[in-house]
Amino acid sequence: MNPFDDSHAQAVIDNAILSDQETLPRTDLEALQLHRLREVVARIQNVPFYRDAFRQSGVTPDQIKSLDDIRRLPFTTKANLREHYPLGFLAVPRDQVVRYHGSTGTTGRPTFVAYTRNDLNVWTELCSRFLVAGGLRPEHTAQVSFGYGMFTGAFGLHQGLENVGAAVVPASAGNTPRQLLLMQDLQVQVLICTPSYACNLAEVANAGDIDMDRFPLRFAHLGGEPWTEDMRRHIERDLRIFAFNNYGLSEIIGPGVSGECAYRVGMHFQEDHFLIECLDSNSLEPVPEGEPGELVITCLSKEAMPLLRYRTRDIATVTSAPCPCGRTTHRMSRVIGRSDDMLIIKGVNVFPSQVEEALLRVEGTAPHYLIEVDRPHIMDEVIVHVEIRPEDFSSEMRQMQRLRDRIDREIQSVTGIRMEVKLVEPQTLERFGGKAKRVIDRRREKGLI
Amino acid sequence: MNHHNGQPNAFQSVSSPDYLPPNQLRALQLQRLQAIVRRAYEHQDLFRSRLEERGLTPDCIQDISDIAKLPFMVKTDLRDTYPFGLFASPMDEIVRLHASSGTTGKPIVVAYDQHDLDVWSNVMQRTFAACSVHPGDIVQNAFGYGLFTGGLGAHYGAETLGATVIPISGGNTERQIMVMKDFGVTAVCCTPSYFVHVIERARELGVDLKSLPLRVGIFGAEPWTSQMRQHIEDEAGIKAYDIYGLSEIIGPGVASECDAQNGLHVFEDNFLPEIIDPTTGTPLPDGEEGELVLTTLNKFAMPMIRYRTRDITNIIAEPCSCGRTVRRIRRISRRSDDMFIIRGVNVFPSQIEAAILAIEGTLPHYQIILTREGGLDQIEVQVEITPEVFSDTISAMEELQRKLANSIEHTVGLRVKLHLVPQQTIERSMGKAKRVIDRRQLAE
Amino acid sequence: MKIHQLSVFLENKPGQLVGPCRKLAEAGISITTLSLADTEQFGILRLIVKDWEKAKQVLKDAGFVVNVTEMVAIEVPDRPGGLAEVLDIAEQGGINIEYMYAFTDKLGDKGVLVFRFDDPDKAIHVLGAANFNIIERVDLFNRLGIIS
Repeated sequence: MNPFDDSHAQAVIDNAILSDQETLPRTDLEALQLHRLREVVARIQNVPFYRDAFRQSGVTPDQIKSLDDIRRLPFTTKANLREHYPLGFLAVPRDQVVRYHGSTGTTGRPTFVAYTRNDLNVWTELCSRFLVAGGLRPEHTAQVSFGYGMFTGAFGLHQGLENVGAAVVPASAGNTPRQLLLMQDLQVQVLICTPSYACNLAEVANAGDIDMDRFPLRFAHLGGEPWTEDMRRHIERDLRIFAFNNYGLSEIIGPGVSGECAYRVGMHFQEDHFLIECLDSNSLEPVPEGEPGELVITCLSKEAMPLLRYRTRDIATVTSAPCPCGRTTHRMSRVIGRSDDMLIIKGVNVFPSQVEEALLRVEGTAPHYLIEVDRPHIMDEVIVHVEIRPEDFSSEMRQMQRLRDRIDREIQSVTGIRMEVKLVEPQTLERFGGKAKRVIDRRREKGLI
Repeated sequence: MNHHNGQPNAFQSVSSPDYLPPNQLRALQLQRLQAIVRRAYEHQDLFRSRLEERGLTPDCIQDISDIAKLPFMVKTDLRDTYPFGLFASPMDEIVRLHASSGTTGKPIVVAYDQHDLDVWSNVMQRTFAACSVHPGDIVQNAFGYGLFTGGLGAHYGAETLGATVIPISGGNTERQIMVMKDFGVTAVCCTPSYFVHVIERARELGVDLKSLPLRVGIFGAEPWTSQMRQHIEDEAGIKAYDIYGLSEIIGPGVASECDAQNGLHVFEDNFLPEIIDPTTGTPLPDGEEGELVLTTLNKFAMPMIRYRTRDITNIIAEPCSCGRTVRRIRRISRRSDDMFIIRGVNVFPSQIEAAILAIEGTLPHYQIILTREGGLDQIEVQVEITPEVFSDTISAMEELQRKLANSIEHTVGLRVKLHLVPQQTIERSMGKAKRVIDRRQLAE
Repeated sequence: MKIHQLSVFLENKPGQLVGPCRKLAEAGISITTLSLADTEQFGILRLIVKDWEKAKQVLKDAGFVVNVTEMVAIEVPDRPGGLAEVLDIAEQGGINIEYMYAFTDKLGDKGVLVFRFDDPDKAIHVLGAANFNIIERVDLFNRLGIIS
């Protein structure tokens, strides 16, 4: 099914548009983008990484005459951010930073992002826009079931909800029965969380003695991990709500890069603040419109840590076809894949190398492991099979338990999530051509992601 | 880096209400008390009916001392009126709801309108200022974010003050230390026991906290001792401040220490403190020890009149060397009921009881043991095995252990160490087992 | 066909095993065989005695939590592969073994293993049909020379 086939498009809720910026005529929008692109390129000349890149390529900021000139600018990758840990990409003096957030990284070292007061205001505005597009009104009560903290999800949405004037219940993650109790008792109409957590809530709600006819929830704004239309149908049916998709990543700003409107035919990019490219991951050339490609995003307005041509590794399709909602912005499909080996488990980014790092910290394990990701029911489950060294094998159950607990703790400390650890005897994990297979993602085999 | 060293207690204009001449402060308190009593009378059925029973109207408040005529509110009032019964603002004016766990598993809900959030930010800003945090400081906020008021309360206070906030929330100590080091963090907020744990972990990791720019620790949400403060200050090379608050009143931001570290200044323009005899309810003069009772003078969505905190302290009315004119309360070291506070969470033994009952069907003997290992509060629950739940397979017993631990975690929000023990292992005195053994040695 | 086993819950700390054993000894009950399963925190003592009802009462009176499980005793040839034959048949028959342990004394050139099956009746049926010798309770204690 073409995600942008709007022949069946029908607003599921009242169409509402918060800002004039969302409906700018394309020529005005692109003029604004060019203006901001030139500004940001000038601003980041104090970031050593970019200054060097510009010097090497011989490109100067005043050579940017059109949006197409973006292709002359350097790319930025997650690895670049790590190389300049913690704050090498900061483009303002540190005393202008009012907030730091972080995301998990490939080697256990997180990457951090910074915001000025103005960045926080923009972020709040962008989250407000997609919340309003997806039905939020000031009289609503909304429950934020994202984990609060360094993760941008909870704060972005929290600020957006507050800005619109809704009452916020900052439930944070976990304790599903308590979450459901609060929703009923506080008459919560809007749910904010990951799609898989929404599935979990739906499951528990229907298994319990909740009268779903009187369940107050009406909308959900879900993001932070890829999901499918199938999951949306499941969530909407079981919770009796409308569920909206939104997209973002902390390196760029957090949630607020794009989000669905009342017609739900793709997510509108907030193009006044971001310049979007959709490229072939290998050739780094643009893919034809409608073809899957890697999203590459340039921050146009960010002050504290603007990134040029950030390679998101997220694969999606992009369309410029007009949307019945009246917004003039381009839209993206759901994220349909990754161009690297990153796994998204329970909304958390995990790289196999992080598990490896955790194992390296524990004596008594061989460097052979297999990560098995599955969604047997509705929640992601991970089993890490770890080979132990022959000399460390012990028939004493207690000693093996202790080893397992130790690995368990290290994995949780590095990746931030709990994985089930299974110790296996030496030489039992399959090797392919001398190289072990590291990941089996049964969710992909089952078509769940 | 740190240009504030020369003037650690510099006056910050946000703190001006802390320095009001006493007569002006009393006049402001009276005016606000009259208004809030009227608001509660008009919007809280419970409060109005209690006043009517006593033949009182809001006009009975002609002087601050008249507050003694008013009825107390207690924690069960919040549960009995759950969820909206004490709301004094319409839902469309309410912008935030927080909740804490109560004895029966039902949460206690508190509401804020925009004015209340602004007041909260203001008192937390004054808390940071009193703890010598300044605009430009980098604040690592390790209080838990979410329904618990600690995280968001401290967050908005620090942000409003103009500090940089790292909203790291609780847990993952290694990352906390890494962030502290890599970002040049100058102030940290968390529970004191968690910070003791941070100190130990830093030592293991070979990180010398004293060599870091970290200058200030803002600690609250649980009782702690002078010895702990000394330990923290010596080991981390920081100044450690005690702050006080409770979600029923506003969250953190009710009172805070200043540089003198000798009692906590109550932000009296917003909260009126009284000390009563916990048995008779009679108000006690300043200086005498008793139960702290608080009245919110400036909170619209959910005013609390004469709320019994169960915390035992006394009011210090003598002037403070810092120059603040608002009165102080002595640091809280105990409570007047069986509730205990662990890792910032209020827990009643009856909650644990309900959680065990939910799994086993009947209530076996159990005991809650609180310890402090490596500076971190640990909670262990010992449950005696009964013939009804005993099985000959290890897997079934481990499953039981897991279920009990999960049930307790769901009810009180804390991961406990669960120990199954043989019958008759838990000591009984007069046939009744002692429910809570607190080995944390908190008493001074 | 089934043997009664007593299980006793113990804390996993030094000296815990002595208690139940001493109580049984005081009551003149001798332990035919026992096995101990433990985790870091607790242990389960499994006992086979001839007069299990009396033993159960003695332990209960002494304040222990005791339960009774039905076990199956099977003669297994004392040679390599002897046990594997039993396990193969059980697996093919779809029978799960929760745990097992051996009698200390051998009966001639045969060993005796006691099994805890998830479904003992089915196990007796399947293993009996495969010509394994399922030992009767009386027979077992007689052959072990326990008369009392």
